[in-house]
Amino acid sequence: MTKASIAIVGAAETTRMGKVPELSQTGLHADAALNAMAECGLTPADIDGIATAGHDSAEIAQYLGITPTWQDSTSIGGCSFILHVRHAAAAIATGLCKTVLITHGESGRSNNRAHRPLFPSMQQQEFEAIYGPLFPPSRFTLPVLRKMKDDGLTLEQLAMVAVVQREWASRHPRATAHDPITVDDVLSAKMIAWPFTKLMCCLVSDGGGALILTSAERAQDFPTKPVYLRGMGGESCEGPMVSQMEDFTSSKAFRVSGKAAFESAGISHSDVDHLMIYDAFAHLPVYGLEDLGFVAKGEGGAFIAEGNTRPGGRLPLNTNGGGLSYMHSGMYGMYALQEGVRQMRGLSPAQVEGAKLSVVHGVGGMFSGAATVVLTSEDQW
Amino acid sequence: MSDRMQPTIYSETQFYWDGAKEGKLLLNACTACDGGAYFPPRPFCPKCGSRDVTVQEASGKGTLHSYVISHMPAPGYEPPFTVAVVMLEEGVKMMSNILDCPANPEALELDMALEVTFEARGDLMIPQFRPATGGAA
Ligand SMILES: [Zn+2]
Repeated sequence: MTKASIAIVGAAETTRMGKVPELSQTGLHADAALNAMAECGLTPADIDGIATAGHDSAEIAQYLGITPTWQDSTSIGGCSFILHVRHAAAAIATGLCKTVLITHGESGRSNNRAHRPLFPSMQQQEFEAIYGPLFPPSRFTLPVLRKMKDDGLTLEQLAMVAVVQREWASRHPRATAHDPITVDDVLSAKMIAWPFTKLMCCLVSDGGGALILTSAERAQDFPTKPVYLRGMGGESCEGPMVSQMEDFTSSKAFRVSGKAAFESAGISHSDVDHLMIYDAFAHLPVYGLEDLGFVAKGEGGAFIAEGNTRPGGRLPLNTNGGGLSYMHSGMYGMYALQEGVRQMRGLSPAQVEGAKLSVVHGVGGMFSGAATVVLTSEDQW
Repeated sequence: MSDRMQPTIYSETQFYWDGAKEGKLLLNACTACDGGAYFPPRPFCPKCGSRDVTVQEASGKGTLHSYVISHMPAPGYEPPFTVAVVMLEEGVKMMSNILDCPANPEALELDMALEVTFEARGDLMIPQFRPATGGAA
C-alpha cells in the first residue's frame, strides 16, 4: 500500500465566468483565490507558497497580501497550472513550504489588463511570425493536414470532438455554450484557418481559478473533501516553433509528460475513470488520446467519433465541455484541473458515477509544452 | 507588402539573411556528427552540441509538408493566405507562404513539389516557396 502524500484541499473558479467586465485580470486571480481560501477556511496569512503563470508570482502575492517562502512563476503556456501542481507537490514534500496557492486569472475577452500573457520566442519571431501566422488558430493547427494524410484522421472526426464536448457542456450550468451541435454545424461554421472552422476553435472568455495544496496528513483539518495526487505527474517541452515539431502526427512533449505521470502513479490506462485533455482546438484530444497511450496511433479520431468519450461512453473526456464549449480564457489548464477535482469530489454537474481516478493533461503554447497529473479520491492505493 | 513583419536579425543568423539577398537559401550543417543540415540557424549542432558547424547552400527543392489557409489578419497579408511548412530536400522543415498558387485546398496537395523563391521585403529578401516549375535540377 502507498499512502497519498499531497492533497488538494481548496479548488474554486471565479464567481462569474465568460464575460466579466467588472474585474481586471489581477482581480480575476484574486476572486478565484479568495473563493478557494474561503471554501477551506484559510486566509492569505495561512499561505506560504504561491504559484502562477502569465504574471510574476510576486505581483499576485503582493496583491493578495501573501508572504511566501516558496514561489513559482513558471509560464510554459496554458498548462502551466498543471505543472505548478507537480512543482508544488515537490516543494511541500521537501519542506520548502506547507500550503500552496496556485492562481489563474485571465481577462481574455474583456481585455482588462496591461499586457497579454505572451511567451515570446526570438527564433519564432525571426523564422515563423514573418510568414503571418500571428494567432493560435493559424499556428496550432499547422500539423493537422499532415496528420490527416498520414494517420487517416478525417474532418468529420475532428468535428465530432466539438459535437461530443457540447454534449458534456449541456450538463454544466456554468458552461458558455449549451446548445447541441451537429457535424454539419461544425463543418459549415465560419472558416478560421482551413481546415478549422470556428466551432473547432476554443472560446474566448474571462475567468480564473485557484487551487490550494498541502500535505495529505493535514487534509483532514479542512472542511472540503480532499483530492489526492497519485504519483508526481509529468512535464516536458518541445519548443515554441510549431514548424520544428519533430513529428507532425504526435507530440513529443505529450508522450514524455504522459509516460512520466503514468509511471509515477503506477497506473495503467484501464485504471482511468475520467480524463481531461486541454482542447484549445479540436485536434488536441486526438493527439492526447494517442500520445498518452489510451489508443494506438491513428485511432484517436475514430475513438471519439464512435462515442467512447461522450456521456455514457467508456472513457469520459473533457466532461465540462472543454475549451471548445465550457470556457477558454487563454490559459485553460486551470479549468481542466478544476473539473478533475470536481469529479474526484463527486460534485461535477456532469459527474461520472463512481469515478476514483482522473488524469489531467495539458498543452502549453502551440505544442510547445505539456504537463500531466493524476488525481484520485483515494488516500491510499 | 512593405508593412509585413520584418525579422529581427542577430549576429548568429546574419549569414542566412545575407545569403537570401544573393538568392541563396543557406543552412547550417554539422561536421562533427552525421546530423547534417539543421534549421533554424545557430552556431552549434542541436543534435550533438558540437560547435564544428558549416554553412551550405540548400538545393532549394522541397515538398509541402503541411499547411493552413489562414483567414486571420496579419499586417501586409490579405486573407485568406497560405501558411505552410516545407520539408526541404536536406531533411529540415521551415515555414513559408506558398507563392504563385491560389490559397485553396484544391491547389495545395500535400507532398507536392516546391521550389525556393525570394520575396522582397524592405531591404531584405525573405525565403519563400512556390510550386516547382519542373525546370532543370
Ligand atoms: Zn552534430
